[in-house]
Amino acid sequence: MNYKLHIWRQQNADSKGEFEQHQIDVSEDTSFLEMLDALNEQLIEADKEAIAFDFDCREGICGSCNLVINGTPHGKHQATTSCQQYMRDYADEQELWIEPWRATAFPIIKDLIVDRSSFEKIVQAGGYIEIRTGSAGEANTIPIEKEVADAAFDSATCIGCGACVAACPNASATLFVAAKVTHLSTLPQGQMDKKRAEKLLTAMDDEGFGGCSNYRECERVCPKEIKVSTITTMNRLLYLGQT
Amino acid sequence: MTDFQLDSHTPKGSLEDRWTQHKFDLKIVSPANRKKYNIIVVGTGLAGAAAAASLGEMGYNVKTFCFQDSPRRAHSIAAQGGINAAKNYQNDGDSTWRLFYDTIKGGDYRARESNVFRLAELSTSIIDQAVAQGVPFAREYSGYLANRSFGGAQVSRTFYARGQTGQQLLLGAYQAMSKQINEGTITHHSRSEMQDLILIDGKAKGIVSRDLVTGKLESHIADVVVLCTGGYGNVFYLSTNAKGCNASAVWRAHKHGALFANPCFTQIHPTCIPQAGELQSKLTLMSESLRNDGRIWAPKNKADCDKKPEEIAEQDRDYFLERMYPAFGNLVPRDIASRAVKLICDEGRGVGHDIDGKKLGVYLDFAKAIEVHGLDAISEKYGNLFDMYQHIAAEDPYTTPMRIYPAVHYTMGGLWVDYNLMTSIDGLFAGGEANFSDHGANRLGASALMQGLADGYFVLPSTVSNYLAHQKPLDMTQSYPEAEQALQACKDKIDQLMNAPKPQKTPDEFHRKLGQIIWNACGMAREKSVLEQSIVEIKALRDQYWQQVKITGSDDTLNQTLERAGRIADFFELAELMCIDALTREESCGCHAREEHITDDGEAQRHDEDFSYVAAWQYSGNLSVPVLYKEELHFEFVRPTTRNYR
Repeated sequence: MNYKLHIWRQQNADSKGEFEQHQIDVSEDTSFLEMLDALNEQLIEADKEAIAFDFDCREGICGSCNLVINGTPHGKHQATTSCQQYMRDYADEQELWIEPWRATAFPIIKDLIVDRSSFEKIVQAGGYIEIRTGSAGEANTIPIEKEVADAAFDSATCIGCGACVAACPNASATLFVAAKVTHLSTLPQGQMDKKRAEKLLTAMDDEGFGGCSNYRECERVCPKEIKVSTITTMNRLLYLGQT
Repeated sequence: MTDFQLDSHTPKGSLEDRWTQHKFDLKIVSPANRKKYNIIVVGTGLAGAAAAASLGEMGYNVKTFCFQDSPRRAHSIAAQGGINAAKNYQNDGDSTWRLFYDTIKGGDYRARESNVFRLAELSTSIIDQAVAQGVPFAREYSGYLANRSFGGAQVSRTFYARGQTGQQLLLGAYQAMSKQINEGTITHHSRSEMQDLILIDGKAKGIVSRDLVTGKLESHIADVVVLCTGGYGNVFYLSTNAKGCNASAVWRAHKHGALFANPCFTQIHPTCIPQAGELQSKLTLMSESLRNDGRIWAPKNKADCDKKPEEIAEQDRDYFLERMYPAFGNLVPRDIASRAVKLICDEGRGVGHDIDGKKLGVYLDFAKAIEVHGLDAISEKYGNLFDMYQHIAAEDPYTTPMRIYPAVHYTMGGLWVDYNLMTSIDGLFAGGEANFSDHGANRLGASALMQGLADGYFVLPSTVSNYLAHQKPLDMTQSYPEAEQALQACKDKIDQLMNAPKPQKTPDEFHRKLGQIIWNACGMAREKSVLEQSIVEIKALRDQYWQQVKITGSDDTLNQTLERAGRIADFFELAELMCIDALTREESCGCHAREEHITDDGEAQRHDEDFSYVAAWQYSGNLSVPVLYKEELHFEFVRPTTRNYR
């Protein structure tokens, strides 16, 4: 399979970036990132600097990879991270445009790599349940309805990749925040902190993310299929926390 | 190198009381004095994040480092199946003693009894801690925690969160750590990689780190250093590890005097998706829990290997694990299952893609389970794993059996540590996969998460405190020449990599070659002549590496090619030690199958009289002539027997 590639190159946060053109020939069983590996091998052989992009586990769970492929965060195959896209998914394309996440709160570090430490700050603001090591009681003391546990799990699967921000016209992190709030605050263990939603949303604003105006683009691109219903849940908790 | 007296500091007395008594004997630092002490934790996966969070809570000044852009991305996140704990919620006869026994036996009697018992004992507190943190473990309709059984065990003691248990446990530890960052007891550095250890008067007193964004080298001084930097499976190039997993921190510590224990003990996981092509960058594991409901088979006749699985009649299928091991069937431990799969494929009965002229794969079939339990029940249990398989292999496992083949997954070997998890360097501790401590020659499924968290939440906080209680806090205002020297040495090494005399080949090209050599020599089967030949090849390739490695870009910006090159340089040295260790251990045990020491029916043959020891290797200044220290293993409570899963 032959592709014309347009890849975003940018030396650092302060420099001006641009698309660079490349050509590549790979088999359909190659993963998208392996295609970029192959291109990088060619670039190094030709004395050129390799394209910088984030990756680690390459099995869709660590949340490192973050490519916008032909305008869609994580690419065409829905509910899938960039690393789990395969070239066979792009059999009917000849040109691929590859860009980094774009958001004020995610400044570009180099080429396709962005700085997502703003997400860290949000979690640090209250995205946890306070429990000192060793002070927990017997785990089976509090039964939790299976439906409640399952729903908490559904929100807890967020991998913190930031695709929701990249897809949002407002570059809002509301889905990321709502997933964390829904995970922790719907479980009995997490209900003590009534201000969690408020603290996380304040941190989100402080970090330069936009607000939510219900475009629902986030839900469309989320590789873990986190639902916007988590935002409804968060809003309800926010209301309850204020009363 | 100075002579080292190998002392495991294992407590005496009854096994149940050892940890309790030991904890009482450990000194503690008064709360008012804790903030005077500085602790460095390198690596923030399960063990590192849990240790950092706990030590931060206690009031110490903790500095943490990880190479990823967030601690939440450490490879602990990819653990799928679950975490063991001797809660006996299923009332199926489980107990601390049984978990202890299963772990010792599963490790083929090459682990310390005291450590393993402590692990089993702490297992229950881990579940309590995780549940309190909001880890959404699977629950029954009654609202109580659910369990499943896992390879190598006859009881159901595995707690799980669908196929994402590692993710949920890591997020729990990461969130606990985030809280401490917020409170100011932890200062965290992401995209920052340890380059070297700083020793002052023979004690570990800091590290040199490289900021992976700016390339800046920095020294950090502390009273104690804790390495929780994971395993070294990526020495094989293709493994189930994340691409960034590396051995550099432990290896550089090793070169300063930390003994490296059992380097040849590497776990090959039976249920991975087979390699599909040359460009493949990593292998993907399918959780072992699949073996609870999936049946493993291969065609009885070679002629059927090219057929579609559904065209092969029931009587022409060989359910070889059920045939060979009727008692445990598809649930035999990982090493045994892996070797059986290799045996079948070596006989020419493999299926799937041709790799180097061989079909390397067997079927893992869910047809029967779907028929018995229904599609919904199977989907509920394994849905995300089935989806993952379909993404990668482009086949639907609900209708076509999965293809699996063993792949490198975990390394039981690691830095030698005593009962306190301190290495042979004073003040240097190692936790999680980075140490060698609890799994012997083979790790049981769902035990890695257990060990990482036991070390992190419960062992290191006590033992590191005890160490600090014996030290005066280091004067942080002073500058230390040792730190300057270490920094300069790191700079020189990077310069050397950047300026190879005849740059020709990319780091990855060398790594792929190294991976092939070590996989053939030190993979599922090991043989004297192959190991000897491989050592020669590794040395030659290593020399070539320093001459010909080609790195473009510069060292003062983000440069992933340079990052990889540094890690591969260390893999080249470690690979030789792995082969030397495999060569020296003239027996088979657990994962270590020496062709010369296999019984007539194909089982591993241990030689307890000569090899019931931990092989702890010391760097001598010459990579090819390491010094072997033997820590004899004494079994007071279990009698080593031949593992029998038939």
